[in-house]
Amino acid sequence: MQENDAEGGDVNAAAITPQNTTSEERRKQVRDEWSACLTNLAETRDKSEFARLFGYFAPRVKSYILRLGMPDATAEEVTQEAMLLVWRKAHLFNRTKASASTWIFTLARNQSIDRMRREKMALYELPEEEPDPDHRDMGEHLVIEGRMKAAIDTLPENQAQVLHLSYYEGKSHSEIADQLGIPLGSVKSRLRLAFSKLKAHWGEDA
Amino acid sequence: MNITHHFDDATLMAYSAGSLPQGMALLVACHLHWCPHCRERSEQTDAIGGALLNQLAPTRLNDDALNAVLARLDEPEQEFASVKHDTVSSAAAAELPAPLAQMLGKPIDQLPWKRIGYGVRQLDLELDGPGATRLLRISPGVSVPHHTHGGNELTLILRGSYNDEIGRFCMGDVADLDDDVSHQPIVDTNEDCICLIATDAPLKFSGLMGRLVQPFIGL
Repeated sequence: MQENDAEGGDVNAAAITPQNTTSEERRKQVRDEWSACLTNLAETRDKSEFARLFGYFAPRVKSYILRLGMPDATAEEVTQEAMLLVWRKAHLFNRTKASASTWIFTLARNQSIDRMRREKMALYELPEEEPDPDHRDMGEHLVIEGRMKAAIDTLPENQAQVLHLSYYEGKSHSEIADQLGIPLGSVKSRLRLAFSKLKAHWGEDA
Repeated sequence: MNITHHFDDATLMAYSAGSLPQGMALLVACHLHWCPHCRERSEQTDAIGGALLNQLAPTRLNDDALNAVLARLDEPEQEFASVKHDTVSSAAAAELPAPLAQMLGKPIDQLPWKRIGYGVRQLDLELDGPGATRLLRISPGVSVPHHTHGGNELTLILRGSYNDEIGRFCMGDVADLDDDVSHQPIVDTNEDCICLIATDAPLKFSGLMGRLVQPFIGL
């Protein structure tokens, strides 16, 4: 079902990454670059910037949507719609609230849900004009996301499993309970444990 | 608003993952509008999705995908979303969280409530299941029969308050319950208690009164 696409993704990522750094630093710089790129896009409306973002994120968004169980043709279409929204909503991206990948994840998720429900009703998002309730430092989210990625890798298998089934396959807690043959309460407690471990990597909130 | 009852972490994770039924997602979005604390937590649960997105192996798109999207960048946007905003009465917007105000379009007192007896009125929002999404309007002193839940039940208090075995719930608070909990909420002021309730499975009433009322409420 999935094909790796080195050209679509990582070549572009490497192109904006300076050499001679450790791999963790490099990953952070990549994330930083994408958030800066998205912020610039809102101002410059530069289509070549957009093409760069597309090259990195669209193949990942498609992988995500396929994992939700959509057929390939639909996943392709929803991916393109989600990327079009990235262009249209770029002015709403706020790098103090989310990294580029988190923001694009939420757009792709919402677009997928809309498609799956086949409803005309708009998805219930936070209103776009909502004032920013917190005042985190710029870029803090990028650091957090990098640490969180590392933390996800170290989760015990049973916690990583429920996290993946929930986020990647869009399964409800009851469906996960049925699939794994464990009580609903165990699914939720595994998720809570996973979240508390990930939060410990969230910086001061730990 | 002094909110003291919040969502379970697992519920916010399901919201971020996009795996909640429509009604429960609506209810979570409503509470997030009112609660900066949960809004910040939901940014954290969203970030798990962002981190996972970065970890995914890329999948090749159609060869013409980029050009197809580039060709659409200058298309005018459809404005269906903003039309909806205009039809929301300001009275509804003042007393309801925005997602619910947009959906209902009217203030609470102008909704087509249906009496279901025992001092309880309801309005079924008729959203996609599994489970049900409804507004309940419960008179002072009335208690909902003792019940447990087959799955999860979320309740958001829109007006008034109630008391149950867990505590006191006021405007903005959420009760986030699963099948471990049996409770009997009682409206504890002179004001009707109005709440939004979303489930992902039917409720199970216990006791004779509960079994009698279940077919009528259909919860």
